[in-house]
Order: sequence, then C-alpha cells, then structure tokens
Amino acid sequence: MPDKYHIKTQPIPPRRPRIGKVGVVDWREDCANCHNCVKKACVFDRYREEMSYIRGLREMDAVFFQCMGCFSCVQQCTKGLLALSANPVYERLGNTYWTPQIIETTWTQAESAKIPVSGAGYRGRFSGPGFDSMWTDMSEIVRPTRDGIHGREYISTAVDIGRKPALLHFDAGNAASGLPPLVDIPMPMIIDMLPRGYRLPNLLPVIKIVAAQTGIIAVIDSKDWQLAGNDLDQYLPNLAMYLDTSAPLPGRELLIGMRLVEISDDGNAERRVHELKQINPGIVVAVRVELDSGGIERAVEYARQPFVEVLHLVADDNGNEIGEKKPRFIKDMVRSVHNSLVESGIRNEVTLMAGGGIALAEHMAKQILCGADLVTVNLPLLIALECTLCRDCNDGLSCPAKIGEIDIKYGVGRMTNLIAAWHDQLIEVMGAMGIREVRRLRGEVGRALFFEDLEEATFGKLFGSRKNN
Amino acid sequence: MASSLVPEKIIKEGLPDSTLETVVPQAEVQRVIKPAPPRYRNEIAKYIIRRSADCKLCGKCAEICPQGVHVFKPGYKYFAAPHQSVCIGPACKDTGHYCVDLCPNKALRMVENPMMRVLGDYRWTPDLILATWKMAETGAPPPPDYGYEYECGNSGGGFDRIRFKFPASPPLELGPDDIDTSLQLNRRNDGRPQIKIDVPWYGGGMSYGSVSNVTQLSKARAAVAFNTFTCTGEGGYMERLRPYDDHTITQVATGLFGVREETIQRVRIVEFKYAQGAKPGLGGHLLADKVTPSVARMRETVTGISLFSPFPFHSVYSIEDHKKHMDWIKHINRHALVSAKVSTPSDVDMVAVGSYSAGAHIVHLDGGYGGTGAAPDIAKKNIAMPIEYAIIKVHDFLTREGVRDRITLIASGGLRNAHDIAKAIALGADGVVVGTGELVALGCLRCARCESGRGCPRGIATTDAELQGQYTVEWGSQRIINLYNAWRIELVEILRRFGMRRVSELRGRTDLLMHLDYSNDTEQAR
Ligand code: SF4
Ligand code: SF4
Ligand code: SF4
Ligand code: SF4
Repeated sequence: MPDKYHIKTQPIPPRRPRIGKVGVVDWREDCANCHNCVKKACVFDRYREEMSYIRGLREMDAVFFQCMGCFSCVQQCTKGLLALSANPVYERLGNTYWTPQIIETTWTQAESAKIPVSGAGYRGRFSGPGFDSMWTDMSEIVRPTRDGIHGREYISTAVDIGRKPALLHFDAGNAASGLPPLVDIPMPMIIDMLPRGYRLPNLLPVIKIVAAQTGIIAVIDSKDWQLAGNDLDQYLPNLAMYLDTSAPLPGRELLIGMRLVEISDDGNAERRVHELKQINPGIVVAVRVELDSGGIERAVEYARQPFVEVLHLVADDNGNEIGEKKPRFIKDMVRSVHNSLVESGIRNEVTLMAGGGIALAEHMAKQILCGADLVTVNLPLLIALECTLCRDCNDGLSCPAKIGEIDIKYGVGRMTNLIAAWHDQLIEVMGAMGIREVRRLRGEVGRALFFEDLEEATFGKLFGSRKNN
Repeated sequence: MASSLVPEKIIKEGLPDSTLETVVPQAEVQRVIKPAPPRYRNEIAKYIIRRSADCKLCGKCAEICPQGVHVFKPGYKYFAAPHQSVCIGPACKDTGHYCVDLCPNKALRMVENPMMRVLGDYRWTPDLILATWKMAETGAPPPPDYGYEYECGNSGGGFDRIRFKFPASPPLELGPDDIDTSLQLNRRNDGRPQIKIDVPWYGGGMSYGSVSNVTQLSKARAAVAFNTFTCTGEGGYMERLRPYDDHTITQVATGLFGVREETIQRVRIVEFKYAQGAKPGLGGHLLADKVTPSVARMRETVTGISLFSPFPFHSVYSIEDHKKHMDWIKHINRHALVSAKVSTPSDVDMVAVGSYSAGAHIVHLDGGYGGTGAAPDIAKKNIAMPIEYAIIKVHDFLTREGVRDRITLIASGGLRNAHDIAKAIALGADGVVVGTGELVALGCLRCARCESGRGCPRGIATTDAELQGQYTVEWGSQRIINLYNAWRIELVEILRRFGMRRVSELRGRTDLLMHLDYSNDTEQAR
C-alpha cells in the first residue's frame, strides 16, 4: 500500500476568550446563598471555569460565554435568579454570508482539527440560498455499486491541475508531442490570495509553511512576494505567483522552481503564457477570470484557446457574481461553464479552479459536484486565526483579534488543523456517496440533489408552480 | 416490474414453535392520563410577569389570577417564586382578571421571556418545545389561550410550509369516538400475523448507550399503553426490556451489536437498519465516553473505545442479498414482521420497491433531518433528501408498480408533532416513527450536547450513573403517555374536520394539502 496522505495535527487552543452563543445572566441581588448552589451542579463545570478565567484576566476585554445552553442551572436555581441570554458578541460575528455559526465552527476545527460532531439531529433551515440549495446524495443502500464497498483509507482526494488531452498523437510509433505538464496536489484545494483589505503583512510566512506542510499550493501576488520571507527556495513547489497586467516577468530561478503560476485575464494572456513557458516549459499557467457579468462568456471563450490549460474562476467573497445587483451564485456559474465545456467536448482540455464564498468543507464537495476540479480558499484560513471578519483592517484600523501579533507556530497549527478537518469531512461525504476518487466527483450531478429539481418533481407536481418570493 | 418479482413464498422451516413463546410475563400499562408536572423547579415560560418595588403586598393579584401564577402563602411575608409557566400571556387582557391592569399599585408588567431567543432552533421553535412540554404535562393539546405556535416549525420549507385545507364544516359529523386511528402493519398476506397498532406511529430506535435505561423503559411503557411499539436501536436487548417484548422492535444493524437468535425470537417485529437518516451512508457512531462498562457488556465490546457500525451491510450487494437477509430473520422467527429502515437517496423509490421484493412488510424511510445521538454536522445537513420529498416519490412509485397496498410505508426524520404526522400521512405514508418528540417530553430542549463528555446534562441521552438518575420510569412513562394522548386528540380532530372515520382515509390525500410557496390555493381560515 502506498503512503497515505495524512496531515499531522495537534490541538492549538485559541489566544482569545471563546465566544459562545449563550451566556448566563445572574441576578445576584436576591441570591439565597444556598449551600447547594446549582452552579456546582453544572455538568460542564462552567461556573468554576468562569471563576478561574476571571481571576486569570489581565484585561477586561471580553465576557465569559462558554455555557453549553442546557438550562439546567436556570431551571433549578432555588430563587429562579439565573437566565440565559443570547451573546451579542456572538451575534455580531461575521456577516450575513459568513454567519456566526460558520465563524464558530471554523474556530473549533482550527483548534481541534476534528470533524464537528453534535447530537440532537439537524437544527437549521430546510434549505437556503447558495450552497444550501443542494444536498449531496449517498450511495444506493441495497446496491452500493458505484465504486464497490471500500474503507475510508482507500478514498483518494488527489487532483491534477493542467490539460488532460483526450487523445495522444503518434508519429512513427512515438508520441508526436510530449504530454502537457500536470501539477498534482493531494487534496482538491489551493490557498488563494486574501482579498486586498485583509492582507496583513505577517500572514504570508505562515501561509507558505502551511502550503508546504499540507502539500497543497498557495497563490501569492507578485506584489506581495517580498513579504513571504527570504527563504522561499524550498517553498517554491508549493507557491504559485500571481501576475497581474502590470507585473513584470519574474526571474528565471523563481519560474524554474514553481509548478504553477497564475496570470490575469487581459489581452496579453496569450503572450504571457508563451513567455512563461519559454522559461519553464514544465510550468502550468492558470488564467484568473473574475466572474463579473461577462465572466462566464470569457471563461468559455478562454477554454477554447489552445494556450489555456487552467482557468481560475473567482466570484466575490460571498460567492456572488461580481458587481451585479441580482448576482448569480458561484456554484451555478461554474456549473454553466462546466456544462458548456462538456457539451463542446473540451472539458478535459482545461482544469477549473473555483473560488469565492467557499466557507465550509461541504462547499468544497458541492462546488466540485457542480463542475469544478478543485476549489480555492482564502478567508476561512484567516478566520482560523480567530479573525471575526470585522473588517477593521480593511479600513486601516488595528485588528481587534491582534492577528498582527500571532506567532508562526500558532498560525501554522491553526490553518493546518482547519485544512485537515476539511479533508476528513470531504472523505466523510465521499464515503457516503460511494465515490472513491475526488477526480470522479467532478460534475457528478448524479450524486447531487438540487432543491429546485426536487421541489419541481414533488411539490410542483402536486401544488402548481412555485411562487417567487 | 411487479410481474418480474419472485412470487412470494412462505418459508417452510423446521423451527419448533416453542422457541417463540414469550417466556417473560408481559407488563401491562394502562392508558391513564394524569398530570406529570415538570421536573425542574423553575419552568421556562413564554411570558413572564415582573413585579416592581411598588408592590405593597396587598395580595390582590394572587387572589384574582385563576391560573395561580402569583404565590402568596398565608403566614408568609413575601411572595414565593411565581408559577410563570401557567400564565396565559397577553390573551389574559380581555378576561377581566388581568393582574397587570388590576394591580392597584401598577406594580406588575408582562414581558415576553427574553430566554425564548436562546431556546430551540429553526426546526424546534421555542413555542414547539414549550407546547410539547405542556402536552407531556397535561395529556392534552395546550389551550389556545397560551398562544403557542406549535403546529409548524420555522425551517422555511417542507412540513413547515404545508397546511391543511379544511372544509368550512365537516362533510360528515363525527364524534371523537367514531374515529379510528389504528394502523395495520402486515399487508403481505403471507400467513404471518396481522399486527395492528392503535395509533399510526411507533417509537424510534434509541440504543442503550445513546440513551439511558430510564429513557428506554419509559418509551417502552408508553408503547404498551398505546398498543404500539418501541425499538431497541442497535445497542443490544436489555434484559429489563423483556416484559415489553410484545411491544419491542429489535434492530439488526450493520454493527450487529448484541444481535442474537434469542433476541430475534423474542419480538413481533424485527427491523433491519440499512441506514440512518441523520447520517446516511455512514454507519452508527458511539463516542468513546459513552461506552461505559455496562454499555460495553451489552454490546460485547471494550469500555472506552468508540464504536462504529460500518456502512453498508457488507453482505448486501443486491436485491437478492437483501432477500437472503430477510429470509434469515424470517427463518429464525416465523411469526415476526420484518421492516427495512433505509434513508433517502435519490433512488429511494427503487430502494423501497427492492425492499418489497425482498420480502419486507414495512419499509421505513428515515429522512435527512431526523434525530440522532451523534453525527457529523456535515452529514446531518448535507446528505440525502428531506423526508417530505421521499414520501411523495416512494408513495407514487409503489402505486405505479402496483404494490402500494402490499407494503406499509413508514416515514421518520424530523416529525415533531401531530400535524407533521398527519401531513406525512396525507403525502402518502401509512404511519410514522417518532423520536425527538419523546425526548422533548422527557425534558430535552435540543441543546445538542448529547455526545459530549458524560452525555446529556438533562439525564436523557446518557448512561452516566449520576446524570440518569434525574427522573424515574414512572414519571418518564407518564410524560410520554400524555404526549401520545395529546397527539392522538389532535389527529382525531384533524380527521373529524375532514369527516374521516379512519386515519387510513387520509393516506395520500395530497388534494387536502396546500404549500404556501406554490400557486395552488390560498390558506383558508383554520
Ligand atoms: S445552562 Fe447548563 S451549561 Fe450553561 S452554565 Fe447552566 S448548567 Fe452549565
Ligand atoms: S479580526 Fe477584523 S481586523 Fe482582524 S483580520 Fe479579521 S477582519 Fe481584519
Ligand atoms: S396586586 Fe400589585 S401591589 Fe398587590 S400584591 Fe399584587 S403586585 Fe403587589
Ligand atoms: S443533550 Fe440536550 S439535545 Fe441531547 S437529549 Fe439531552 S437535552 Fe436533548
């Protein structure tokens, strides 16, 4: 058996007080001072922990909110003086797309590297916008035929980035043209540049180590290259430089060391590719296509060009079409690019990487089901460092989460833990789907259930047409 | 397709009948409704009355409030803690005994309890939890005065957007006693017993290990009282359940924990758990902390080691294998009915027909949003379809294949109250399996900590010796009996308004339903 892809992890506790969903309000005035205070009976020992937490405080910067919300103390207090309340700090985390639940689960995964598990069934909405309007399917129950029955350890999450020609051309028994270069990474994810406002200067040295340790690739803007440190040589295979329109061609040593490079989608793309390939014929070049109103058409057009081997489709931070009032969502946009390439019979001529709005491990699986070969991720890695997406940094203010002060070990550990937890969750859903290779998950809509389709096939048949609301 | 099925044969086997005799005297539990007050000192109320310092302790409020909210005991100087949860809320304004208005010193104020914001979730709203507690306490639906909105949750889809279209007056005047809520479980006509349950639901599988002894026994006693069933789950058959053999379904799951010929022979229904809705495609999972010495003994495993049941049955690759499995059970117990519990993949309709051909009496669909002791969040939310879709698909397909009336279709996975039950039946199920509702009756408030450390802090889903001592079997049984009774009253009321004599008349009557997001009809007054 070949070596298995395995990410080494260890728990990395948060630097800052945890922010829970509920807290206990204690109306102390009327307290009867019973000897058998319910606080001692908290199954989770929250009160004792709170006391020691308060004692250990150096500054009063947060309240203690680690109650598990079981109401036991509230319902047993002799005088009924305790109440639970929603934690306003929790409710202010993130925004409408990056919800408090997403931030909280990202933090827990970054701490423990574990798959989040809970009791009591599903608690959320029936369905929702974006990725919440689809489900992944599972393998047939009495006929698990897809890939047969297999253990988790046989599931491969590796992907190849580059062109996969449908045919080889032979000339007198020899391959007429060499095989195009491919970059293989052990899981279908690369780390994308953080959105401009969030690029705190000390993050790149952390990100490069994370990319190397997990075997994936991080995209770094050529303009920020200096910030990544001086010892880049050993990291080059796990870095991909991004060159925008104005960026000069990087030095030869850099290009020879890298496997992947990304360029912007402008009139010069073709010339750029040739220049880059001239220096390193083995390098794979991705074209970054921002999904604005003309994005899909441009992407499909690029895919037909012989010089394009990888397209990086990027929506805005919330997965929406850029600059549109009624935006389409990333999963639907990528699906339409994918479908159009399939119809033209050229799907394997390009690799599709998709990013923007990938916030949870489930989004990775769903995006791939909708036609991407792999996803690109940025903000979750920042959230792993206890960022709350307050956006103060975007406005040039100092970061309340003090991300500028983190040490390397903490940063690398938290990001690595998050990636490991995502990897495990991907295997979990793939196991349920009975799919053994993530390469075969791509565009496998037979393993996806879409809200619109199910509604149409069931309620639509019974109750007429769906109202738009 | 139906014609291509192997014709049904009754297996003639050589097992002596005597192994099937119930050797343990069976417990009798009367269906008696009596109050089962909440077990916590402070109940959580939707509305609370705040008393200010202006109170002159005149005692008027205690005197006028017929609900007994204000507790002013003779001989005491001050008020005792009020019974907030019996206050009927703003509905009291028009009654002429509204304490807030009648207090001569304007010392009282009514507010909505701010804790309602942290109780419950989209599927189980705070109102639904409080209403279920009330039903478990009294045995009847909560009076409308309380203003609980408990017929639907707030998930924004499925059952929560479906409503009944009641006629202005029933086409047929029926009294509650004219209405039959029973359900026949064997439709195969294969010589096996006809088993009829008094209500169209039974209790879901909760293994010893995921819930306490007390919880399991409470469920079993309620099942006896309503002549229905409870299920052992996959953790083995507790000796203490023996007196309830006749109302117990034992589960054969992929882990085969605690499955023995002898346990198969005890029961009247055996359930194959092919998959579980909350974690379809994944096996069962009991975290290390919950594998206490007694759990390990029951499951014949090692204390403190997490238990995983594999997925799927590694011996079942085809309908024929499926049949072999069923035949195995039918051979061991010649009088049992067999149920196949499956989850809801896109080909759930094929799976259901396959289960029929394999010889199942019951096909039990467990939808994605159902309860569980512990499951990965990614699985609970994302794998397989919600039960509402699956019922429609399977009912249609079985009907088209011409076998609908030869198999019993049971639905589960997020059915929370009598309205969900009735809607599931109207969509095409014969009956349902309930689970979380029973736990809520026992005081669960869906904090989702069932899996952590010592387990449920409220003593329900735990095997921790200290935690599970929080309530008695008597109290627990009464709570579930009361809840069942309240549900039955509501179900009868729904049937009465439609002028239906039998719950079976409701099956598949999608014409009586409407969906708020669809163009069909507008909602009529309730
Ligand atoms: S509600 Fe439960 S977890 Fe929270 S402090 Fe009280 S007893 Fe502890
Ligand atoms: S916590 Fe706020 S300031 Fe700090 S990195 Fe995150 S968004 Fe920026
Ligand atoms: S009626 Fe008003 S003043 Fe009198 S006891 Fe009640 S709250 Fe106090
Ligand atoms: S831990 Fe919470 S959700 Fe689980 S059974 Fe107990 S009260 Fe219910």
